[in-house]
Amino acid sequence: MRKTRTGWLLLAPSMIILFVVGIVPFIYVLYVGFFDWNLFSASREMNFTGVDNYRQLVFDPLFLDALWVTIRFTFFAVVSQLIIGFFLAQMLLRDFPGKSFFRTIHTIPLMIAPIAIGAIWRLLTIPGFGPVPFLLDRWFDFDFNIGTNASQAFLAIVIMDIWHWTPFVTLTMLAGLSALPVEPREAALVDGANGWQVFRYITLPQMQPVVLTVLFIRIMDGLRTVDEINMLTNGGGPGTSTRTVGIHIFRVVFPQTDYGYGSAMSLLTLYLTIVACWFLFVSLTQVRRR
Amino acid sequence: MNINTRKVLGYAFTYAVWIIVTIVTILPVYWMFVISARSRVELFNAPNLIISSFYTQNYTNIIYDRTFQSYMLNSVIVSTGNAVLVTVLALLATYALSRYDLVGKDNIFFTTLTQRMAPPAAFLLPLFLLYTQVFAFGEGRGRWDLYDTQIGLILLYCVFNLPFAIWLLKGIIDGIPYELDEAAYVDGATTSMVIRRIILPLAAPGLAVTLILSWVFAWNEYLLAATLTNFEARTITTGLAEFVTVTGTNWGEMAAVATLTLIPSLIVVAFAQRYLVAGLTFGAVKN
Repeated sequence: MRKTRTGWLLLAPSMIILFVVGIVPFIYVLYVGFFDWNLFSASREMNFTGVDNYRQLVFDPLFLDALWVTIRFTFFAVVSQLIIGFFLAQMLLRDFPGKSFFRTIHTIPLMIAPIAIGAIWRLLTIPGFGPVPFLLDRWFDFDFNIGTNASQAFLAIVIMDIWHWTPFVTLTMLAGLSALPVEPREAALVDGANGWQVFRYITLPQMQPVVLTVLFIRIMDGLRTVDEINMLTNGGGPGTSTRTVGIHIFRVVFPQTDYGYGSAMSLLTLYLTIVACWFLFVSLTQVRRR
Repeated sequence: MNINTRKVLGYAFTYAVWIIVTIVTILPVYWMFVISARSRVELFNAPNLIISSFYTQNYTNIIYDRTFQSYMLNSVIVSTGNAVLVTVLALLATYALSRYDLVGKDNIFFTTLTQRMAPPAAFLLPLFLLYTQVFAFGEGRGRWDLYDTQIGLILLYCVFNLPFAIWLLKGIIDGIPYELDEAAYVDGATTSMVIRRIILPLAAPGLAVTLILSWVFAWNEYLLAATLTNFEARTITTGLAEFVTVTGTNWGEMAAVATLTLIPSLIVVAFAQRYLVAGLTFGAVKN
């Protein structure tokens, strides 16, 4: 190992940038959260109000509503992605002609800008002349309108997220599945286990660390989804039915210029995410150790 | 049922599934392209997948538009600036983390990951205040702050790209044998020579992937750009969102912008597909 001074010198630029744009905002938001501060109000001063902002936050129906939407959205999207992704990964395990073609096409949504994904799905579901509402109306006489129907709008954002992120689950699961040793599975088959038993008692336990890693990453990303939902439902409409916490901060709290309250909300969101993160991470490392 | 019929049925099932998946993946993207080729009047006809006449005005209107040209240029400058900065800094940082015995380096390494995981929405407000109130110099007309500047966005995108780049490169640099460095140092090479002459050529493919993926992530970013720019430094993603207005949306032009936004992503999928998994899972899952 080399002299450590040079090492720190090499590391310094990255650490300084990450500190300034990553850690400083965090400390700053912690500080501002204890004040009543609005740059555009009559008094532009910062007034210390202690934990008032947080007290207000716990009873803020809009915030709690947004939190509930975020959790529901993440739950439905991630569970569906996990099931579909695992299934598709199984289908890619053995070789067949054209496999790499199908896999490459499947990867496309991962690299598209989330805002463009929102635009794509918006074009599909424009009430009236988008192909989805149009064909549903013509074939089944079914009225599909994400501009007015809350549960249909929620369904639309979940389906969009499944379209966007299932490839990620498929690819990671595939990488995990191909790295598994074959012997236990073969031994079980020789002993007369059927396909379901092999899957349930051998593949699934072996895959547990990979599944948890994917779950961890997907839940983190799901909780902070903003761009595509904001674009698809125009800021979380109709009403607040698809307004996640991120959209709430971006579209409602931020323009209100109530900086103290907004900071408190940002911090609480960050805190809740970290707790969720930590909880998942602990279970992840414990499973890994076993 | 003999073993051959079962095999054929298995293949048929696999193909059926993958053809459906491919159609479901392609169709929405293709539909966007179809809309971008339609005039306003044609839009209200029944949905139709065939492009009979290509209405190029959606594209020319945008490409010759001054505002849009500046958005496009900003996006290119910000993404390129950020990708280069991130790759260089990450190379130095990973070399340090890989080769030096630094106190608490595992913690440093890990802290970078938590930064990537934090919800960007929680940083909107503090960053806005920092960019407009704290990192501001001068008063009145000579006032300068980071808000609405390209350099502001370039620095900002390091929050998510730098941790990603460090995690991706760590595995690659750890894989280069330390004996090579050692031999060079014995021959009297300096640290900068070792990085340039030994690490750089050997890690070149990894560096290229880091550069490309960071570029795309910066290109795709919307939320921070929408909050921390106003006019001067707006990027193409914010331009795309601006098409949706209360008074009505020009769907054809919006689809054209979305198509243009998409092109870099498609190129990346074609070239860097193999490294995507390792990149997106921070090396937790390799393929």
